Amino acid sequence: MQTAYDEMYASDGDVRENYRGYAEWLRASSPEVIARKRSEAEVAFHRVGITFAVYGEDTGQERLIPFDIVPRIIPAHEWQRMADGLRQRVRALNAFLHDIYHDQEILKAGRIPAEQILKNSQFRHEMVGIAVPEQIYAHIAGIDLVRADNGQQGADYYVLEDNLRTPSGVSYMLEGRKMMMRLFPELFARQAVAPVDHYPDLLLNNLRSVAPRGVDNPTVVVLTPGQYNSAYFEHAFLAQQMGIELVDGNDMFVRSDTVFMRTTQGSRRVDVIYRRIDDDFLDPRAFNKDSLLGVPGLFSAYRAGNVTLANAVGTGIADDKAIYVHVPEMIRFYCGEEPILSNVPTWELSKAEDLAYVLEHLPELVVKEVHGSGGYGMLVGPTATKAAISAFRDKIIAAPSGYIAQPTLALSTCPTYVESGVAPRHIDLRPYVLSGREITMVPGGLTRVALKEGSLVVNSSQGGGTKDTWVLED
Amino acid sequence: MLSSTADHLYWMARSIERAENTARMLDVTYRMSLLQTANEPHQEWRAMLSISGLHEDFDARYPESTEDNVLRFMVLDKLNPGSIYNSIFTARENARAVRGSITSEMWEALNQTWLEMPLKHSGEVADMGVSRFCEWVKDRSHLLRGVAYGTMLRDDTFRFLRLGTFIERADNTARILDVKYHILLPSPDEIGGAADYYQWGAILRSVSAFEAYRKIYHDQITPKRVAELLILRRDLPRSLTACLTEVDRLLQEINGPRAGELLRRCGLLHGQLRFGRIDEIFANGLHEYLSEFLERIYELGALINTTYFWSTDE
Repeated sequence: MQTAYDEMYASDGDVRENYRGYAEWLRASSPEVIARKRSEAEVAFHRVGITFAVYGEDTGQERLIPFDIVPRIIPAHEWQRMADGLRQRVRALNAFLHDIYHDQEILKAGRIPAEQILKNSQFRHEMVGIAVPEQIYAHIAGIDLVRADNGQQGADYYVLEDNLRTPSGVSYMLEGRKMMMRLFPELFARQAVAPVDHYPDLLLNNLRSVAPRGVDNPTVVVLTPGQYNSAYFEHAFLAQQMGIELVDGNDMFVRSDTVFMRTTQGSRRVDVIYRRIDDDFLDPRAFNKDSLLGVPGLFSAYRAGNVTLANAVGTGIADDKAIYVHVPEMIRFYCGEEPILSNVPTWELSKAEDLAYVLEHLPELVVKEVHGSGGYGMLVGPTATKAAISAFRDKIIAAPSGYIAQPTLALSTCPTYVESGVAPRHIDLRPYVLSGREITMVPGGLTRVALKEGSLVVNSSQGGGTKDTWVLED
Repeated sequence: MLSSTADHLYWMARSIERAENTARMLDVTYRMSLLQTANEPHQEWRAMLSISGLHEDFDARYPESTEDNVLRFMVLDKLNPGSIYNSIFTARENARAVRGSITSEMWEALNQTWLEMPLKHSGEVADMGVSRFCEWVKDRSHLLRGVAYGTMLRDDTFRFLRLGTFIERADNTARILDVKYHILLPSPDEIGGAADYYQWGAILRSVSAFEAYRKIYHDQITPKRVAELLILRRDLPRSLTACLTEVDRLLQEINGPRAGELLRRCGLLHGQLRFGRIDEIFANGLHEYLSEFLERIYELGALINTTYFWSTDE
């Protein structure tokens, strides 16, 4: 593992161009003031209730996601290239989803092995032949990017994974910015930081643009699993910011293949559902029979084209880690372009030669479950114990096609407040890409930081924190 | 508005109002107990339990209705659904379920109330002092009401919230007024004496009506006038008539498609109060009147529930 690229300091210790303004301010600020602001931030986050519930802990136990006050700063030209790459990638992913649920041209052309798609548990046979508005499936995509040494000079952005089901975290991006502007208004006066707080407007416009045909003034709602879900804060936050209803399954019913919600003034038709529950729980008649979260008959209304679900059912087939390796090929196939953003080199353990290599090199690799998410079910070779590696080896041998492996990337670092002072910690970046009649996004995204020294796992469920993300304007 | 949202708003407001009124009742009970005029030990604390309708639950778990026990039960007992602890908890959980529908100031103020609640994790009410604790609850309730008033759009969100406040308050004022029925004076001769005077005075103070009484009547405190003030005066904000005037107006403004029966019943109850006379109420017995009123309020609450929160039309 190489030394990590630091976002603020060059290897000679000089402050990088994009951090000059910030570094000057930091030098001029007294440590006491910074310490006070940090504790102010914590009190404010508690009071606002920007918390998440952790599975397995007592209900009512809410934890804060630690917020670090050193921003992650991205120069304008870097963001420009990233944004172009994200647009291209998400366009290809949506084209792929439309294709495999219709003509399956990419399989016929032999560019992706058909059995990898058709036998994948994430492939929803129920979706075959169903038309969705604007042919968009992943209306909201969270694309995880990391920056790592490219082996020559400098460091490149790589796509670590695509999240096309119900990507979360955007509320932390918005609240983080609000907090920074509240604590350090003078910082924003010194330099032009691209605003992000119009995200809810973009999201609502995007959702309205994919309403069922013939609906002029669509009613859009946010569907939550309920207030004990770990991301409930975000569901409520987005509904409030967009000025639309936050509903759970019990608030809605289906009559004549049309979805209604129960209101104090009688029932009212629902046209677009921004759903934050998984496919399996959407409709007990169509999917998981035991689900109490969904709405009976919803899928039938969806099939009839009377309601739009965002994201569409069945997007999991495009963000599955076994499919990830094929995304560059999708970009070539559907866009006729070379990918702007690179994938991380990946070994597919379903292939015998890849499996053999990976079993030889487990202590240096990162191994992930194909269907896993949230940082669960993964092995980080360099930091794992011998026993953990040997246990994981047994799991891999038992079901090789359930895993992929990647080199352990030296994720870039950013100075971060920790107990002993300020120290570099590894970070990633999740921009949110909105697709409807057009593709939109706000500059930047959510920067997550692994607070434990040396840790590469940034997930909030695994002790990660967040930072404000600045894209500087030229 | 979503039926479930209206439901949460209504119960959020009821729970806040309930916490406040429980604090008011505790405070008046505490003050009365200091007078030591009752003819049995702990009689005031006993009365507090029976007007709240919680005496059976209490007796099942506590040996004796001492001051300490009743305070623990009414303030911090997590198993008592009517304790102040649970009222604040319930208010906050309901707010959390609709935090997208209330203003962020409203949510933050309520969330902070829960986070900062004194004695939440340990301790005895006596550590802080009954009156100081009750003051804290009242202050938070005043704050929450002020935040709602000062920040919320005047739409059905606000109306369902107010509806919860006034239904609960009507119920609670009736119960507070009925407390005298449960506390007997040592002998009939005491009626009109110092103890009687102090008890009625404590009741007035508990609903912030002592000064109002002085202003309106300029005279000594008599049971009939206290009852008239708390039942029939439209200008006293915690009186039954004032509460029902608000409830009636709110229900007419909300006016859902199936609200006919609800409006009729509410109008009837409101009319009886508006055109009621205190002499008639006393002729039939104050306690009987208040018991009857509590039943009507309960029915009204049940009807609000079926009209707006449990719509069954599919």
